[in-house]
Amino acid sequence: MALPCAWLSCRWPCHTAIQNSPMPVTDTATRIRISNGRVIDPATHTDAILDVYIADGKVIALGDAPQGFNADLEIDASHRVVCPGLIDICARLREPGQEQKATIATESLAAASAGITTLCCPPDTNPVIDTPAVTEFIRLRAEAAGNARIVTLGALTRSLGGEQLSEMAALQKAGCVGVSNALKPVLNPLILRRALEYAATFDLTVFLYPNDHWLANNGCAHEGRVATRLGLPGIPEAAETAAVAHDLALIEQTGVRAHFCRLTTGRAARMVARAQYDGIPVTADVAIPYLYLSEVDISDFDSQCHLIPPLRTVEDRQQLRDALQQGTLSAICSDHQPHEPDAKLGPFPATEPGISGLDTLLPLGLRLAEEHSIELADLIHRLTAGPARILGLPFGTLSIDATADVCIFDPTASWQLDNNTLRSNGHNTPFLGWEMKGRVTHTLLAGKLVYTLN
Amino acid sequence: MNDPVNISDILADMTAQLAEEISRNSNSHPAMVGIHTGGVWIAEHLHRQLDIDEPLGSLDISFYRDDFTRIGMNPVVKPSQLPFSIDDRHIILVDDVLHTGRTIRAALNELFDYGRPASIILATLIERGGRELPIQANVVGRHIDLNPGEHIKLSGPDPLALEVQKTA
Amino acid sequence: MSRRNLQIDNNGKLRHFLCISGLNRQLITEILDTAESFAGVTEQTVKKVPLLRGKTIVNLFFEASTRTRTTFELAAKRLSADVLNINITQSSTVKGETLLDTLRNLEAMHVDMFVVRHADSGAAHFIAANISPHISVINAGDGRHSHPTQAMLDMFTIRRAKGPDFGALRVAIVGDILHSRVARSQIHALNLLNTGEVRIVAPKTLIPAHAESLGAQIHHDLRTGIKDADVIIILRLQRERMQGALLPSEHEYFELFGLTEEKLVHASPDVTVMHPGPINRGVEMDSDVADGPRSVILEQVTHGIAVRMAVMSMAMSHSNTE
Repeated sequence: MALPCAWLSCRWPCHTAIQNSPMPVTDTATRIRISNGRVIDPATHTDAILDVYIADGKVIALGDAPQGFNADLEIDASHRVVCPGLIDICARLREPGQEQKATIATESLAAASAGITTLCCPPDTNPVIDTPAVTEFIRLRAEAAGNARIVTLGALTRSLGGEQLSEMAALQKAGCVGVSNALKPVLNPLILRRALEYAATFDLTVFLYPNDHWLANNGCAHEGRVATRLGLPGIPEAAETAAVAHDLALIEQTGVRAHFCRLTTGRAARMVARAQYDGIPVTADVAIPYLYLSEVDISDFDSQCHLIPPLRTVEDRQQLRDALQQGTLSAICSDHQPHEPDAKLGPFPATEPGISGLDTLLPLGLRLAEEHSIELADLIHRLTAGPARILGLPFGTLSIDATADVCIFDPTASWQLDNNTLRSNGHNTPFLGWEMKGRVTHTLLAGKLVYTLN
Repeated sequence: MNDPVNISDILADMTAQLAEEISRNSNSHPAMVGIHTGGVWIAEHLHRQLDIDEPLGSLDISFYRDDFTRIGMNPVVKPSQLPFSIDDRHIILVDDVLHTGRTIRAALNELFDYGRPASIILATLIERGGRELPIQANVVGRHIDLNPGEHIKLSGPDPLALEVQKTA
Repeated sequence: MSRRNLQIDNNGKLRHFLCISGLNRQLITEILDTAESFAGVTEQTVKKVPLLRGKTIVNLFFEASTRTRTTFELAAKRLSADVLNINITQSSTVKGETLLDTLRNLEAMHVDMFVVRHADSGAAHFIAANISPHISVINAGDGRHSHPTQAMLDMFTIRRAKGPDFGALRVAIVGDILHSRVARSQIHALNLLNTGEVRIVAPKTLIPAHAESLGAQIHHDLRTGIKDADVIIILRLQRERMQGALLPSEHEYFELFGLTEEKLVHASPDVTVMHPGPINRGVEMDSDVADGPRSVILEQVTHGIAVRMAVMSMAMSHSNTE
């Protein structure tokens, strides 16, 4: 597997706020043995049947039991895969501000049942994450729920307005792992430049959504054959590629470390690959629906497939899979956007975009591996070590002394995604009714069992 | 039907009956209206034989049927042609087969949308049992009794022929 | 992601009339034939038939339109139906009632058919997919997507002018294709009727991406676009296009794409000129052409009533057989 260059190492000590904050664990003395599982830990190139030993919320041994180890809890992982807890680079929890759609409590529970132990929340909450108070609020809510770890991205500009810088140092101190302007544009390139430079001052990664606001022109679908036939205002490919080109120039100019969020076009993926080859400090991710769906899926005006950025062509979908396999895209996220039913009940352009994605992140990922679009170990890398590196977090691995975030799943279990098996508060997904293969049986968060399949 | 039907004979009968009706009301100056399609063929013959001044009118009752919502639209509809005013006219309405009476009901409704006739008499080539409405013909060519599941149909316009069919 | 043809019932009969695509040639022809019989009715002294007596048809217009609404209203009344006109202005939607709530309220009044015009593409489909099964929906125009009754009356007009063999025809559609629901529906209908050549003529800014996939040849020059054309359909140009940097001026548009007698010599000698209306004289065409012998623009209006009567009766006769 080809990974971007070595500059990504040694970032973990920066996020001391995360490491030192109290873990949502009640009984740190629980000793756990997970036995007979196939341990796949891409960060350490491990893929073997091994026992895993956990104590004090950390992995203390792999393989042979440590001297005098007595397990308080035994988990038999025969015929299961044991991997690091999944890390989801982008999930909207709707709190604060849109609690009618979902809350941190409901979504972190859904995350746990999906094997996801760390969620990263973008700053476009209401109020925006441009003050330490909002970051604190989210952290406390997450701890109270105790199901998953939630990290946040702070706002790049105040109120995401694209005009004034936010207090990035304060946000970083409060625990934000990066900064972003989410889907809101920074229209003035000079301001964007200054914002990138300011972020670079504190070694903060900037998470960019490549979208040229004017070229996108309030479109709601990919500007292609399907949008033309349906008469839907289109977002051209150039809205993404022009923005990537423009942003790459500024990234090079400022030396900031940047991450491109949710690439949708093959062309943009190739531009990023070239930039990585040239040594520019840039990473990129893809959201899993874009690896399965395309513009063809909105042919019936299906609002469940209304996404921003839009689903592109079938060719783009294949090129994204290739870029994922090659490592240009080093993470897959859910881009989780739970909605209440009304949000999707209307004529296509009037509906809110987004798919509720936590529940399907792993099973759809496993399907990619089964279809041979990617090796299983590489898939797990894109869900664990890859996102960990991007976020600068010391998670996503089962190495000795690592925090015991663990996902155990049965790779052969078949189940159907329906309104009962879907755990998120949002049931807005075009994958309802699909047969899923691969089911999480146990999830551990810092050594605490937060989910067991009944 | 037991014996072969000679349509010319029936038409001659009808002509004679109608001639008598007309002569009874010598001021009536009747106008004739045939109901598509078979009724028009019959009416054309009668109209010629009776030497009626007024040109022949024709009615397509498709839009007045009571079973439209059940059987749907028939796309081929010839427009009704009434080349004279209905008001205060004595009308001779002509059809080929009088069965349930619903076709005549529709024709009457349509005629009344055009105006208010002084009177309407009904002449039909064939009358059979099975009336579902209180409608009777003034002039009947032949009365026929059919077995259940049988249907009588007029084909034409040349030659005119009657056929008994079994409904599926 | 399932494909469902909302428009047609299990017996192949018209149930909703939402867009031309998804229909077949036989059904389109049936609509044209049915419209012929209704045209016969409208040309008579007694213009009304009792076909839809007792039925209630609601004109649900989210976009203002006097012209289309009145033809639908007239068509419904000629079928003896009761008509309800509901204009939902911007201020009503600002009050926050969802489209679905509006529909449910109307359903509760036991209506039989909605004729819907809406600014969002896909609105008619959404309504058809979410209302009670006994109600039919006729699309009177949704966003840029479809205006199927307009396309049908245009096909009806062409058939009356040129006869039933569309295979022998070259048809050119001129104007703002990008924003036009009329053009999209016309192109589909022309292709369903196996038209010999379907051409679209416009500057690049007014042609949508991958327009050839709609089934038309693309031209950027009017003279070559209408060369030997048997039918020319002119589309309306909205004033806002100048603001959106799509065109520099009406003057230049008229110079290049406006239809005049002088440019018409390139077309077939008995070319028919059509326009869905209302016409911007001096922009899309000059008055000589608009009022000239080749123009059938006023007949289009008359045909619109018969075609809408046909579509409404066909869809309504379905809903009661379920």
